[in-house]
Amino acid sequence: MLNNYDELNDMQLDVLREIGNIGAGNAATALATILDEKVEISLPKVRITDFDTAINALGGAETMTVGVLVNFDGEAHGMIMFLLNMEDAKGIMSILIQDDEEGQNEPLSELKLSAIKEIGNILGSSYINSISQLTGLKIHISIPYIAIDMAGALMSVPIIEFGSIGEKVMFIEEAFSAEENKLSSNIIMFAEIETLKIIMERLGLEI
Amino acid sequence: MSDLLVVGISDYKLARHPNVIVTYALGSCVGICLYDKQSKIGGLSHIMLPESSMFNKNDINRMKFADTAIVDLVQELAKLGADRRRLTAKIAGGAQMFEVQPGSLVGTIGDRNITSVKKTLQSLSIPILAEDTGLNYGRTVYFDLETGIMKVQALSKGVREF
Repeated sequence: MLNNYDELNDMQLDVLREIGNIGAGNAATALATILDEKVEISLPKVRITDFDTAINALGGAETMTVGVLVNFDGEAHGMIMFLLNMEDAKGIMSILIQDDEEGQNEPLSELKLSAIKEIGNILGSSYINSISQLTGLKIHISIPYIAIDMAGALMSVPIIEFGSIGEKVMFIEEAFSAEENKLSSNIIMFAEIETLKIIMERLGLEI
Repeated sequence: MSDLLVVGISDYKLARHPNVIVTYALGSCVGICLYDKQSKIGGLSHIMLPESSMFNKNDINRMKFADTAIVDLVQELAKLGADRRRLTAKIAGGAQMFEVQPGSLVGTIGDRNITSVKKTLQSLSIPILAEDTGLNYGRTVYFDLETGIMKVQALSKGVREF
């Protein structure tokens, strides 16, 4: 019986990597369309870590990070976060919105914030749609939420949600890179343990 | 020479002066600094959830919950030589990092953490001398046992002392 994330066996981890691969692959295609350039995607990593490691997983707990959060619900429960640093957020904006006046130290304008939020929304939806198609599960996603703050403080949101039982969290992580414009970003997916069981059962795995 | 002791999530540390205790990037979690001014003994707890009673008591990490962590930290401080009647508290954190629709667990967990911390401190008769709680930003907390000052660092606010 699977009750904790650290009880996942090798075959189950392989399935999760494949879920990540398909989900993030779909999201990368969407990002490539938005940026109008090729987007490379890293090999998926399934991380099962203690809370402190998770807080530091994305380049330091105190690093200023732009995060877009999308909750998913229905027959599967979890969160997707699209994360990037300020330079990359500004880099994406300079591709989408012609604007040379803004310096590196300026905060992002409301317009740019909502554009980043919408990109996170599109990527999260693409990810979830592919899981939904793969498993036949009915999953709906929330509107996107954005925050710019310490990476650790952003990560604490899914850690609190999925770390209430046990001392570990699980997330599937992929990095995107668009080489032409030297942009990089990450997408991570957290899911309830019950959701992982349901997905695996749908894919014909014994739990 | 003073040491910098790092407190993780669901963790606490205690020490004597002149050491400094730090916990990084509190979001909706709450940092609780307890201090005995006379002996200059203090502790910093980083709680993640309000109530341990939500879960099966047998296999919980007591440092994760406000109601159990603070009680345990007070006992440990007394063992180290602090007078529990002299303990005072300064608290920080409990933010709502994302603006989430009302009713969701994520949206209110910061507030619920703060409420539980205050309730627990009140039940132990520990006065709260200062707080920097709520709102929507992350905080790193340094607790200086030489002075009892809680230094709160936030990306958008700089450093403030309490």
